[in-house]
Amino acid sequence: MGKALEFYNALLQYMEKRREQSGIQDKIFVHVGSASCEKAAGSDQVFEEFQKLIRASGRDDILLKQTGCTGRCAREPIVGVLIPGEIPIKYEKVTLDKVQTIFHEHIIEGRPVPRLVLDKKTEKQYDYVVTVCSSPRCNPDNHLDVASLLRQTIEKKGVDPDSVRIFGGGCFGLCAKEEVGHQHVMMVFPEKVLYRFSNEEELEEIVDSHFKENNVLEKYLTKTDFITEQFFSHYGDVAFFNKQTRLTLRNSGLIDPESLTDYVHNKGYEALAKALDRDDSKFIIDEISKSGLRGRGGGGYPTGLKWQNALSYTDDPVKYVICNADEGDPGAFMDRSALEGDPFIIIEGMTIGACAIGAEKGFVYLRAEYPLAIKRLEKALQKARENRLLGKNIMNSGFTFDIEIRLGAGAFVCGEETALMYSIEGLRGQPRIRPPYPTESGLWGHPTVINNVETWANVPTIMLYGADWYSRIGTKKSRGTKVFALAGKVTNTGLVEVPMGTTLREIIYDIGGGLDEGHELKAVQTGGPSGGCIPATLIDTPVDYESLAGIGSIMGSGGMIVLDDSDCMVSTAKFFLEFTQDESCGKCVPCREGTVRMLEILERITNGDGTMEDLDKLERLGRLLQNTSLCGLGQTAPNPVLSAMHNFREEFEMHVREKKCPAHRCGNLITYKIIPDKCVGCTLCAKRCPVSCIYGEKRKPHVIDQDACIKCGECYNACKFDAIDRI
Amino acid sequence: MMETKIHIDKDIKAFMDECLQRDNPKSYLIAVLHKVQKKFGYLSPEHMDQVAQYMQIPTSTISGVATFYHFFRLQPRGKYAISVCMGTACFVKGADKVLESFKTELGIDIGETTQDGLFSLENSRCLGVCALAPVVTVNDKVYSNVNEKQVPDLINRVRSEEE
Amino acid sequence: MKKVKITIDDKEIAVAPDITIMQAAEQLGIKIPRLCYHPDLSLEGACRVCIVNVEGWRTFAASCATRVSEGMKIQTNSPEIRQARRDLIELILDNHPRECQLCERDGNCELQNLAYSLGVRERLFEGRRKRHDIERSSPSVIRDAEKCILCRRCVRVCAEVQGVFNLSQLYRGFNTVVAPAYEGPMNDSVCIACGQCVNVCPVASFLENRSTDKVWEALADPDKHVVAQIAPSIRAAIGEGFNQPAGTAMTGQTVTALRRLGFDAVFDTNFGADMTIVEEAHELVLRLEKNEHLPLLTSCSSGWIKFLEHFYPEMIPNASSCKSPMSIVSTLLKTHYAEKQKIDPEKIYMVAIMPCVAKKFEAERPEHRTDFGAPYTDAVLTTRELIWMIKAYGIDITNLPEEDFDTPLGFSSGAADIFGTTGGVMEAALRTAAENLTGKPLDNLDFTGVRKTEGLREASIKIGDKELNVAVANGLTHAKEILDKVKSGKKTFHLVELMACPGGCMGGGGQPYPPYGHHVLDREVLKIRGEALYHIDAKKQVRKSHENPFVKKIYQQLLKTPGSDKAHKLLHTSYHAREPRGIK
Repeated sequence: MGKALEFYNALLQYMEKRREQSGIQDKIFVHVGSASCEKAAGSDQVFEEFQKLIRASGRDDILLKQTGCTGRCAREPIVGVLIPGEIPIKYEKVTLDKVQTIFHEHIIEGRPVPRLVLDKKTEKQYDYVVTVCSSPRCNPDNHLDVASLLRQTIEKKGVDPDSVRIFGGGCFGLCAKEEVGHQHVMMVFPEKVLYRFSNEEELEEIVDSHFKENNVLEKYLTKTDFITEQFFSHYGDVAFFNKQTRLTLRNSGLIDPESLTDYVHNKGYEALAKALDRDDSKFIIDEISKSGLRGRGGGGYPTGLKWQNALSYTDDPVKYVICNADEGDPGAFMDRSALEGDPFIIIEGMTIGACAIGAEKGFVYLRAEYPLAIKRLEKALQKARENRLLGKNIMNSGFTFDIEIRLGAGAFVCGEETALMYSIEGLRGQPRIRPPYPTESGLWGHPTVINNVETWANVPTIMLYGADWYSRIGTKKSRGTKVFALAGKVTNTGLVEVPMGTTLREIIYDIGGGLDEGHELKAVQTGGPSGGCIPATLIDTPVDYESLAGIGSIMGSGGMIVLDDSDCMVSTAKFFLEFTQDESCGKCVPCREGTVRMLEILERITNGDGTMEDLDKLERLGRLLQNTSLCGLGQTAPNPVLSAMHNFREEFEMHVREKKCPAHRCGNLITYKIIPDKCVGCTLCAKRCPVSCIYGEKRKPHVIDQDACIKCGECYNACKFDAIDRI
Repeated sequence: MMETKIHIDKDIKAFMDECLQRDNPKSYLIAVLHKVQKKFGYLSPEHMDQVAQYMQIPTSTISGVATFYHFFRLQPRGKYAISVCMGTACFVKGADKVLESFKTELGIDIGETTQDGLFSLENSRCLGVCALAPVVTVNDKVYSNVNEKQVPDLINRVRSEEE
Repeated sequence: MKKVKITIDDKEIAVAPDITIMQAAEQLGIKIPRLCYHPDLSLEGACRVCIVNVEGWRTFAASCATRVSEGMKIQTNSPEIRQARRDLIELILDNHPRECQLCERDGNCELQNLAYSLGVRERLFEGRRKRHDIERSSPSVIRDAEKCILCRRCVRVCAEVQGVFNLSQLYRGFNTVVAPAYEGPMNDSVCIACGQCVNVCPVASFLENRSTDKVWEALADPDKHVVAQIAPSIRAAIGEGFNQPAGTAMTGQTVTALRRLGFDAVFDTNFGADMTIVEEAHELVLRLEKNEHLPLLTSCSSGWIKFLEHFYPEMIPNASSCKSPMSIVSTLLKTHYAEKQKIDPEKIYMVAIMPCVAKKFEAERPEHRTDFGAPYTDAVLTTRELIWMIKAYGIDITNLPEEDFDTPLGFSSGAADIFGTTGGVMEAALRTAAENLTGKPLDNLDFTGVRKTEGLREASIKIGDKELNVAVANGLTHAKEILDKVKSGKKTFHLVELMACPGGCMGGGGQPYPPYGHHVLDREVLKIRGEALYHIDAKKQVRKSHENPFVKKIYQQLLKTPGSDKAHKLLHTSYHAREPRGIK
């Protein structure tokens, strides 16, 4: 055993002992989400309320913890209650009142409160909750619809079907493991056991034993030591989660992000110890290369190759690694969540990368707008230093490495790697021409590897479970998983981690729960201001680098915004261009001047002043920016516009030719009219009108003075008789 | 106008001293400016001059940096800094209307401060809490799912707390 | 180094591997259109005008910044590239005032030339454009941000060549503006008034603060005795303004032209240069004797002196207290000459024609005022301004007869001529100091060791039994280098010549713009201009300042000896530390 592994074992032992001493396994575990978004939703108060109640109860077997974000933003604050031996329960939108109920009914009296449970629209309690892997990706040659089969079997065997809740889950990340091979797996709660089986007969045996006799059937149990085990055992019963494959986010929402003990308990730092003991750059880089990991920041450059490039500049003894956490895309919050939920995984990943290329210093370039992420990362760095996981002679291996946080100051362009480096150097964050690439001449002229948060978070996972295992997740060219920030007009907004190759439909409908009733999917915007608008017709496109690029968008860092029929594509394109125009650094001509001109044209179109020549000009400028801008941001800035024009040409033309906005978003193109037959003359609209442009006698149809109308829509919203028409 | 000369305080000097001891000391400029702004609320030419002399960085460079990053303010801010998130999700859910409402209610535009020095209005880039859109922050407090009708109430609440 | 084979526009060529596409194309006679590029400055790559197509690349490459590599297939022209270049120039024009005819750079504007040659004949994208007021606080340089096209050449020259870092881009995106810190006035900044920003600006965003109007007015005033003096470097550069090749010496024609313009007398700044040398050489000998305040730092360059006051005030005691040649001529004019000629000095109007915009600042310094409160130098014109005036008058300078300067302030030695180029002051001073030190006439007057155009050079010169360590620096980044070396004490220097501008006065901030297609501050051009002065020097009979008979006469009649009280009162000045303090 190498020195680092010895160190790791000692650390693990010590940490586990501490856990045992705290008696954690026998305690009731209450966890309250504590990411920025949770705090915004009031999670701090919820936490304090639990604290008060627990203290008042005098019970010492209740453990209250803060965890990072699980990604269910719209339902926050989320509170999880785990009573040993019972099905874990998550409560959504917890308020102070609900804390009382949850505490007294569930924690004290042992009766869960179904009506408050996350995503559960039933009042019923189940005896068993089963999550089955239903991913055809893992079992291409032996595909069974396990969920329906299980249901049939249960009924056949006379088990009350209402006592078992069955989920068709996503990939467990387990199927790729050698010992399971091409078998089916399912996880059963509350026992938290994992069965593997090959055929219907074996499934029947399991049902007989487990669900009828309540006996765990040992012979079909598989080793539950799989990467997402912890996550699934907490969240596997929730549809939103069990369709996901959580590799990089596996600890988020599960561990106390400030607790090294928790991280180590979840296999943290084992990968680093192994890497340090090998002390072999080639081995690490080969593993990363073989895994097929590509940059998750948007470009998709092979990570192993990038590291290899930096390593190849052997003349320079000084090298750096950087974590790009300057998440600037509007609508993206993956990096924030990851740093707030599991900062150690980033630190470990960077340390492995530094070990591979021989860097002694690393930087995390983080947005100043993320105070909690900063705080968590600072604490984690401090703990890592205190425990000799950073600094001199890490884990007794002789390797020296430390990480410094550098804060951004509000410039989207600093997400571009050369701009980011200038910003770290304390200068204006303006990109420079590449080559030379940072791997040749980066920070202060030294070879530098820059990867984004999610990329670094993948590194420990790959090193721990091996490149072979990792490379089986995802598609041929895009391996592994990708985290998306699902937002917009979708029922379940939040963070989603899925294997590459998952279709947009699966993400939006199966995980996201589809759109709100009465609304139709119009487009999906991926890649933020560098990406494109994908029309609803292409919803079965698998999400991977090449497929998205093929339809005029990009993977980007993971923003995914769902647009419905009430969204105007011209306005949406304009919105993104406003963003890039405002964030343009001003260095190169096409981006600095061109974005302004494109925006002016879009403003004309949405104001009803556009001409058909404007559409040609928009395209000409768009191509100019793509072909001649200095940096990637300028080159991709026209993408939202060009893709919207490509996919929604008729909507643009309608704005120009007919001066109509079909989505009724462009104020100048809307007319509000009162339908005389429907108007009862209640005068409500006239009272609400901020410019008093509605007149008429009481109890008689009213009229809107079109010249004075500012098209605010107040009357339209106020009318109780549907008597106002919006054209 | 108050004619008080503003001096960078001990803590910031101590921080600069620390930076000067490290490798690439000038790279800490942004960190120093963050500290100055945190302490004084904004960056005045006097502050920047002092940082320039202390860290031996040309004032034009500092000025260039301070104006490049949107996070830095060159004017004093209101006691309550209202910031409306204009990220995609917030925009889609009507943040533009919320912003308009603040403008009307406060009678100021973006980047301005009310005469009583109480409120200033800003728009921010995505705060990353899109699921709670539209989002408004008042200093460090986050308000979620804000609609334009709640704006007067929100302002009044702050005003009454002030009194 | 092994050459690489590349293809440019279907022609194969083997080139050195460390050059750019732009340089490689030049070897094939293709001068790729360019704008922000300048060979002496760092690469910006921002204007994108020099884009080319490289086979297999996703986007066009900026040829100024892209190194060649083996097998590269490059296309410098195609309909797409031409349209892109045209559109880029239009985008710049769309955000630029439409007032070419009112602009000082009309006809000599790089943007205008590109717009013409790339075929921008209509505006497709025009919309809002930036608005800024013209900033005129500095007597030397005016800043017109509205015309700025953000090529950042000025920022780069100010930082990289001059080490002054007065200019920066402020704000960002469409709001970007080039200005001193806090967008403050130039006059309250660390600007050293060298005018290199004016030189490198492709448009008219930086210009000299014009004095032509007041000079016309003075010339038209019958009560005024209007006198001109011309700096050494003017004679070798003025021809470029009239389509003459660089280095064409036009001393006599310039004198004639000035008389035609209506100047009552035309003097030579060279005379002041000879006086300066006599005083400065005396200072050097004194300091060597006392071994104090060494090295002696020359003081003719007003940009350098302002730099000293902002950036190295602790070294002010080392600077020669001697006035610049311009101020010496102006001072003697309004004192000694006025008295001799019985002209009321208050009616004398002195116009100095200088290659320099810092001289405009120097002329306004309170130290350089007469007893009756007027400036000794009433107006300073740059070479460019004089060219405009001559053209405005309609004088065909190239066909003028040559006339001589007026006396006594018009006669000069060859030593004074070479003041106009880097190393010249040093050489002139050595010619006089050597004789002062040894008491013997020199055999060889050409100190060729200091005759180079590099920005910084050091030499050791044996004079009698003394070994003098001297250094010559032009461009203030080099000045910083030598001053820091002096301060470090690593080497003892005795005399250092410092000039603010690259190449000395030849590369001054007021010299003619290069013709279209040539870049400003071309080292070759600077060298040719300098050689013209050495040529004039070599042909002169009197080549040592102290041997100038009129200089001798002034000492006999007025000053008695170098360094006398009277000499100090008239020919010396003082400097003081200046705010804001520069960051070294």
